[in-house]
Amino acid sequence: MGYEAIIGIEVHVELLTRSKVFCGCSTAFGAPPNSQVCPVCLGMPGVLPVMNKRAVELVIMTGLALNCEISGWSKLDRKNYFYPDLPKNYQISQYDLPISAGGFLEIDVDETTKRIGITRVHLEEDTGKNLHPEGASYSQVDFNRCGVPLMEVVSEPDMRSPQEAHEYLQRLKAILQYLEVSDCNMEEGSLRAEANVSLRREGSSEYGTKTEIKNVNSFKGVQKALEYEIERQNKVLSSGGAIVQETRMWDEQRGVTSTMRSKEQAHDYRYFPEPDLVPIVVDDAWIKELRQALPELPRARKERFVAEYGIPEYDAGVLTAAKAVADYYEECVRCGAEPKAASNWVMGELQFRLRETGTDMAECRIRPEDLASMLKLIEEGTISGKIAKAVFEEMFATGKTPGDIVGEHGLQQITDTEQIGEVIDAVIRDNPEPVESYRRGKTKALAFLVGQVMKATRGKANPQLVNEILREKLS
Amino acid sequence: MPVSREDVEYVANLARIQLTEEEKDTLTSQLSSILHHIEKLNELDIEGVEPTFHVLDVTNVFREDEVRPSLPSEETLKNAPARDGDFFKVPKIIE
Amino acid sequence: MKTNKKEGADPSGLTAHELHDLMQLGQLRCTDLVRAVFARIDRVEPKVKAYLCLFKENALEQAARVDEKIERGDELGPLEGIPVALKDVLCTLEGETTCASRILKGFRAPYEATVVRRLRESGAISIGKTNLDEFAMGSSTENSAFQITANPWDLSRVPGGSSGGSAAAVAADETIVALGSDTGGSIRQPAALCGIVGLKPTYGRVSRYGLVAFASSLDQIGPMAKDVKDIALMMNAIGGKDPLDSTSANIPVPDFLTALARDLSGTKIGVPKEYFGEGIDDDVRESVERAADRMKNCGAEIVEVSLPHTEYAIPVYYIVANAEASANLARYDGVKYGFRFHDANDTLAMYEKTKSHGFGQEVKRRIMLGTYALSSGYYDAYYLKAQKVRTLFRHDFEKVFSVCDALIMPTSPTPAFRIGEKTDDPLKMYLSDVFTISANLAGLPALSIPCGYSKEGLPIGLQIMAKPFDEVTVLRVASAYEQNRGERLGKPPLDGDEEN
Repeated sequence: MGYEAIIGIEVHVELLTRSKVFCGCSTAFGAPPNSQVCPVCLGMPGVLPVMNKRAVELVIMTGLALNCEISGWSKLDRKNYFYPDLPKNYQISQYDLPISAGGFLEIDVDETTKRIGITRVHLEEDTGKNLHPEGASYSQVDFNRCGVPLMEVVSEPDMRSPQEAHEYLQRLKAILQYLEVSDCNMEEGSLRAEANVSLRREGSSEYGTKTEIKNVNSFKGVQKALEYEIERQNKVLSSGGAIVQETRMWDEQRGVTSTMRSKEQAHDYRYFPEPDLVPIVVDDAWIKELRQALPELPRARKERFVAEYGIPEYDAGVLTAAKAVADYYEECVRCGAEPKAASNWVMGELQFRLRETGTDMAECRIRPEDLASMLKLIEEGTISGKIAKAVFEEMFATGKTPGDIVGEHGLQQITDTEQIGEVIDAVIRDNPEPVESYRRGKTKALAFLVGQVMKATRGKANPQLVNEILREKLS
Repeated sequence: MPVSREDVEYVANLARIQLTEEEKDTLTSQLSSILHHIEKLNELDIEGVEPTFHVLDVTNVFREDEVRPSLPSEETLKNAPARDGDFFKVPKIIE
Repeated sequence: MKTNKKEGADPSGLTAHELHDLMQLGQLRCTDLVRAVFARIDRVEPKVKAYLCLFKENALEQAARVDEKIERGDELGPLEGIPVALKDVLCTLEGETTCASRILKGFRAPYEATVVRRLRESGAISIGKTNLDEFAMGSSTENSAFQITANPWDLSRVPGGSSGGSAAAVAADETIVALGSDTGGSIRQPAALCGIVGLKPTYGRVSRYGLVAFASSLDQIGPMAKDVKDIALMMNAIGGKDPLDSTSANIPVPDFLTALARDLSGTKIGVPKEYFGEGIDDDVRESVERAADRMKNCGAEIVEVSLPHTEYAIPVYYIVANAEASANLARYDGVKYGFRFHDANDTLAMYEKTKSHGFGQEVKRRIMLGTYALSSGYYDAYYLKAQKVRTLFRHDFEKVFSVCDALIMPTSPTPAFRIGEKTDDPLKMYLSDVFTISANLAGLPALSIPCGYSKEGLPIGLQIMAKPFDEVTVLRVASAYEQNRGERLGKPPLDGDEEN
């Protein structure tokens, strides 16, 4: 009765090299059409490709980070098909001997860690862009992106729910960002994801017919598209129908997948080894050199945060999900911030404000050392936690140091017991009824009185002291 | 193995060449005779023989990740059979 | 045989090294040389039709600059001021690069081939682009979309192919030296049929950047000239690693002039028995055997050897070359450059009609064959199998080169055939490549040098091969033979007012 979903994901990322994979044209995004092309990436007669070493290194490093075997000998192949954005009408890719294969990626699902297999990681070239002006009888082609190095990461069909798929994508993106291999920006097209899904009866070991989902623009979109597609397949199978192996387009607006119109389903790509490029030999020395160059990866960094900073695993997980955030947090701690406090503020207030204002971590005006200073001010009692929130807000908006802000607005906490005592006396005088209530046993009235003191001191009185002194005076 | 007319049509489609009916006929017989000659290769025992994809025993030819000047777009587009501003123009692409 | 009409020889009839000496000594102005070559072209081109286009203005400008150098007393490089013709499969900044195809008519390359740049930097003067079989596919130059080139020795016959234009131009003194390309014999066979010298270097010896690709793992660019010394000079200029070509070898280029010799003592020359069997013209066989005797006379030891897989060369070649070609020619689709069939409603129609109208029959045939060989289910049976048999060829040659330094054999089984004689049967045409193909499959250096004439007075070529990167031995054997040939070679009977 029950069906199990079998999900695999194919991700293409544009690599962060300065130049294209087979020629020296720039890979910079957003240039005027056909301004970053040369005879090689245009596929003009007589040209030849020459391999960008950095592109190969980034693929090897990704393979290492994903626990793959690095092939000692790999080659490139021609994938032959016709399309206007593919100038040579073949794409130089890798067919049967990719640079990396047979690895895994760990995701956390429902309190457990699960391994998602990585089938392969390979290198290929990107194509240009076709544009279809509204209502026109023609199309336009821009070859700027043609030849940008692309890395394809193919997972084993090890995911069992759309949520796992989402989690997989988050983890993969984090690793790729940590490696600085790609900026993984789906909106700009530097990361593309295609999920495939099939259903089978629970307990069965055979795979069902799978469909591929294209045209998804976000990780959430992948999750939603899978949810829809699983339900669709379920309905078809439950009513006795059969799934057609096909590629389906996700429509974000309508929330449905639909068949791609009469597309040649089985391509005859006529793969053969690329005669213009020589094989890539990766020896142990090169692997060692690249392994040493690997940055600390998310999982390892998370474990280190727990061990070194004594923060809970949950916190460490959130903080290390994105490299920029983890870097920021560590810098705060290095500037003297207490790890748990820093964690609370970075995970909480900071992330909230960044999301709300659509600001990138990189553009955040609060320098780590300033956040650390602010936390010190709280610790020393110079400002209260509540005042700190206001200080933080201004720091975020203006980039001023906490010291300056506290000074400008005179926000130092009042800890002078005499001063507090005077304010309390005034409050007691002005609020006889609450005072009476408290003395008769209504403890809530105390909170009201404390509130009045805080109001009178514009929040600057040390709440603990206020509490103590008020109690004293009222008893 | 003789080549059939369907084979010729399939291959012509793969290669994106439009053939006249006469060309299809001619090619069917010519390709058949050429491929028949090629069957000769089946006489050989190639068990355990590595293919020669490159006669040169060279590996790891790389270039550094440096940006070089691209073509000025006028040079890029000067040979374009049809252009739309800075774009190459093609008839409508049907998926 | 041609006689000189004036007192001073027409400089167009001389070699590059002879002309260099004359210019350096101030006995010949470069401008006069270039003018003489263009005058020669004016006279004989109507009959030969070797050229697709000429670079008259630019050539004369460059010649003027060379003359300034001579006047200053500067030393001239060995190829400085020497007119060179370029097979129109090489991208040049000047003029068009058409590959003799309608599909590239009008294409102006925004870059030049590395060899073209190197020749320019050596001071050679490009005078024009020569005719070829379309996309270098053919053995007669009859597959050109634009014109048929005639063999200067007999205008009713083909000059060979695919570098027929370059061969005819050198043979007819319409240029001093030329560049051709060789994928299955396209330099050597026309050189043999036109009575000149042509060298296909080792695969990787010369950069392929800017050579419009036919078969990527077989193509090489090489010199075509009137004698071996000119071949050596050209190789000095064009050889060597190119960062733009990943398949160009990182092997130092020796000074090929040092290879020239008069003596072959201590040299073992192999005669592969499979190249002397049936199907060879008697005249060809006798000529080549006479050449072997000549070599013995200069001290060479002749040994019989065997290349047992020779009979499989044609099938292997026709799969590998055409499979690679089918992918290399896919880019000619009317989108970015070249011919486009405009009356098309969608891109699919545009592709199909552009290719249908733009490619000639032979090109279409080879694309179809190559596509078929790579198509689903056939890769193992054809392409993979052919590449494995290719390894067997390499082993054959390795064995043979362990017992001899060079090999000799005929270049072509027959001298030049008549125009139209083989065009109705493609297989017949393919089989005439039998002697030249192996060198491409194994990546070896191979040269053709005139060794005599048939009874009809048609040139016969002798082929010399050596192991990879051993052009030095090829040139040594060729030059020693040339010095001791014993046959006085003449010029084609082209000028109307002379006796044949």
